[in-house]
Formats: sequence, C-alpha cells, structure tokens
Amino acid sequence: MRLKSGIALIISGPNPKTSAMQHTQIVLKNCDNIRPESFLDYRETGGMNAFKDALSMDPEKVLKEINRAGLRGRGGAGFPAGLKGKYTDESICRYCGQKYIICNADEGEPGTFKDRVIMEKNPHLFIEGMMIAAWAIGATKGYIYIRAEYTQSIQRIETALDNFYSYGWLGEKLDKSKNFSLDIELRLGAGSYLCGEELTLIESLEGKRGYPRIKPPFPAQHGLWLQPTLVHNVETFAHMPYIIRWGAESYRSIGTEKSPGTKIFSVSGDVNKPGNYETEMGISLRELIDVAGGMKDDVPLKTAVIGGAAGSFINSDQMDVSLCFDGMKKIDAVLGSGAVMILNETRDPVDFLAWILEFFKHESCGKCIPCRVGTAQLALMAQEIAGADDKSALLDKMVAEAEYIAENALCPLGASPIIPLSSFNNNVKHLI
Amino acid sequence: MTSREIISKYKADKDQLLMILHEVQNNHPQSYISEEDIILIAKHLNTTKAAVYGVVEYYSMFSSKPRGKHIIRVCKSPMCRMLGSADVLTFLQQELGVPVNHTSSDGMFTLELSECLGHCDKAPVMMIDEYLYSRLSEAKIRHSLDYFRTKP
Repeated sequence: MRLKSGIALIISGPNPKTSAMQHTQIVLKNCDNIRPESFLDYRETGGMNAFKDALSMDPEKVLKEINRAGLRGRGGAGFPAGLKGKYTDESICRYCGQKYIICNADEGEPGTFKDRVIMEKNPHLFIEGMMIAAWAIGATKGYIYIRAEYTQSIQRIETALDNFYSYGWLGEKLDKSKNFSLDIELRLGAGSYLCGEELTLIESLEGKRGYPRIKPPFPAQHGLWLQPTLVHNVETFAHMPYIIRWGAESYRSIGTEKSPGTKIFSVSGDVNKPGNYETEMGISLRELIDVAGGMKDDVPLKTAVIGGAAGSFINSDQMDVSLCFDGMKKIDAVLGSGAVMILNETRDPVDFLAWILEFFKHESCGKCIPCRVGTAQLALMAQEIAGADDKSALLDKMVAEAEYIAENALCPLGASPIIPLSSFNNNVKHLI
Repeated sequence: MTSREIISKYKADKDQLLMILHEVQNNHPQSYISEEDIILIAKHLNTTKAAVYGVVEYYSMFSSKPRGKHIIRVCKSPMCRMLGSADVLTFLQQELGVPVNHTSSDGMFTLELSECLGHCDKAPVMMIDEYLYSRLSEAKIRHSLDYFRTKP
C-alpha cells in the first residue's frame, strides 16, 4: 500500500523534516528527550497545548476532529475511536448523568509491550489524551486500569497524576468557566488477561471476578456502574493530543488511507535489535525487520506471528504485507495489538502454536462451556500435532473446533484461538 | 501496619476491593490473604465473605494460602519459552529445591509461573516481587536470589 507522505511532524510543532516512514513518530517522539516524571519537561515539548485547544473548542467539534482524523483503536480491534466517543456522547445528554472514561492499560497480549513504553517514558501524554476525550464526551470521572505486574509504569503514572493535580490540571479547579472538572484514579488488575477486554475490565473495576458481560449493551450505553463509559487503549489516547493540536488533515497525511497515523510495533524474537518501534501505519514486515536491525545472525525468517496470541502466523512469502488494519485483512490476518514475534528457520512453529493454545486454556475464565472445554481440547490436540501421521487432517479438525468455539463463546477470548489456528493452517502448515 | 489499619485507609466502596487485596497481601510476611483478612475486608465493604473469597481465588496474583516472603514469577509466554524460559525454570527449581507453586524450605521464595510479563524484547524474564529481571542467565538468577536472601 502506498503511503501518502513521509513527512514527520512532532508534537511540539510541525517539523518539516522529511524522512522515511520508519522515522515518523507521534507517540514516542519526545520519549528520550524528557524526564518522564517531570511535568515541566512535558510542558516544554508542547504538552497540554492540545488540551487547552480542546477546551476552547466545542466538545462536539473535538469529537468531529477525532472522527475526521480516522483514528482507530490501538488495542487490537481497530474500531474507529471517533465513533466510540460519539456513541458514548449521545447515549445521555451532557448534564443528565454520570459518564466515565477509562484507560485500558491492562496490556497482557503475549508479545505486546507498547503501552508499557508510553507509560514509562511519557506518562503525561496519554493522560492528556484522556482529558481531551473526557471533555469531548462530558465525563467527569476517569480510571486508569493497569496490570499490577507493570510496577514501573504504575510509579510513573502515580507521579504524573500527582503532577496534574498539583499544577491544577485535574480536579475541581480544572475549568470553572466551563463548569468542567475531572478526576482520574489509578486502579490495579491482578493477573487476568481477560480483564483487558473492555466489559470484563469494567467488571473487575467494580471489584468483581473478571467474568465477561454479554454484549450488547456496549460500554457506551451501560459501562461502569451501568453508566455510559468510554474505554480506550493507552496508545489510542496518546494519539489524541496530536490530532487536536495539528488537526485531522495533518494526522491523515501519515499512514494509510484507512489506517491513518502511526503504530508502535513490539518486535521480539530472532532479530538483532528487538524492541518497540513507532512507524507509519502500512510499513511492510520486511522494512520493519530492517528497522529492528535485521534477522539475527542472518538466519532467514520462517514465520512471524503478528498481533499477539490472538494474532496471525504469516510466512516469508508474505513479508511485503502492509502492516495496517486493512493490509492485514487482505491476507486474512489481523494487525492486533502490534506485536511482531519473529521466528527464524531453526524454530518450530508447532511448539509456538501449542504454547499459544496453552495460554488460551489458562486464561479462559470458565464462565461459558464452549470456551472452557474447547480451549482445553485445543491445547491437548496441539500436543499431538508433532507425532501425528496426518498433520493436515488434525489441523483441519482443530480449525473446525476453534470455529465452533468462536461461534458459541460469550466473549472475544473464545473467538481468539481461531485466528492463530486458521492462519497457521493457511500459511505455515507446509513448513512443518 | 496491621491489616485492619490498611483496610480502614480505603473508602468503603466495592471498587476498592482489588486495591485493598493487593496492599493486604503485600503487607503479609507470607504474601497471602488470610481468612481473617477476608472477613475484615468483607465487613469494611459491606459485602459477603464469599464475594471477597471469590475474587481472591479468581485472580492469579492473589493467594488464599500462605506463601514465601518473596514471590518469583517466571514468564511462560511463547516468546520467553522460545528463548529459554524452560532452562530458567529448571535452574530455579534446582536452586530452591522445590517444584513450581511451592515454597522453599526456608520460607523465602515461592516459585510461580506467569503469563506474558511484557518484556519480550529482553526474554527470558522473571519478576521477584516488584522487580523485573531480564535476559536471564544462571549467574544473574543466582545473584538476584542472593540479593533477596540478604535483603533486610
């Protein structure tokens, strides 16, 4: 897919530095130039200007701008962020009841560590995004739900929230003239992958077991305490200040037509420099591997797993795929959370598949039978692949089983195993 | 600080439950939530003992049974396994003399497995309490254990 522009713009001011798309950064732009705990450093890079702009705009216009920018949820599903905001905004009128805003920082998708880098290196940025979105929909209470294992991120967010309160950007005195106040609190998870799913997260926030709710109703109508609630991923919020500051057109000039903006890819495995890389949406896997220092010891690629455990296996013939929501869809794969796990020729993809299926078995909450029994069944069958006489028949059987689970399970976890399984069957089977 | 003192710091709202459980558990020398604590918490939040117990049992980071002073969590995500977490686990079992989900005889460490800890670029990794150790080697593991053994 052709990128419309290679022009890099930074949050502190449009910077007409032309460079390749792998250098275009929005979220991680200033990460290495500021002290993450310093609010003044954040202000110096232009922080809070976007929120000031937002406050001077009509809330509806803020939502429209996000919608026009075409921002899509970075948690994995790629749902248009503007629409989600619009639904939450419209569910009840601005002054008729409590609305909530929640930042989903429960990053637990195997292979994904992009939100962690935002929270550790530039925690004020995504909180500013939350504040913009809260103003847009009229939410006066916010929560950041983070997994308890991210101890450093927790410290950084605590400091950032303290900063916002002590400089008067959060709390009662936020904007008296507009009668707008916002409180944000931090809440910890306790080791449940499923709580990264928005409705399960809300259950957990309410102090309950992490069991999924049945959709619909969606959080936009009945979220936290059954009130309208807007839930976004950390990375999604982190894009909002840029959009408000520099406008939807500027944002749309980055990335691809249907997946505008940048994406942080968490690259791990057999590359020379594993780590987080923010590039324009639509970069090819081949280019991304180059950005990450190339294949380790020049051993060629066998397969890459894109998007996490609920992600897709692709093979070395598909390395020119455009890494964006629609580019991946074209090859029946998903972009997911942006995890990119690289396996070289010496690795056994069957093992990798078995580990992924074991993960789903462990994380299935047990509320609905198709998922509870099905994920256990799939994990068992995966153990048998290596010794099976007819591997192809066994894999077909597993795909059929996973399809059945996906159709009948309550929540997205049950719909997940089919993603790695069918892509394994289509793209990697011939390599085993 | 006693559990009662910790619990009374929190507002009596049900959404505080996980936060209370974390602090009570971290405060306990055996890193768990005792039945007495569960009863205290339930009373504070005006809910049932069963509701609190259900939450403790659901989340993998909470324990209703006594554990060691420090909790070791070895990452078992696909990427860590591909890059050698099985060796890490074998070595830890040897060093501690216990299998997974057991506590060393000196009561210092409980060995547990964890899903992805989010440091796949530095695999294999483990956590001891709130500290993360990455790119693990035998020397590094031994060093980290010694640190916690001598930590006051």
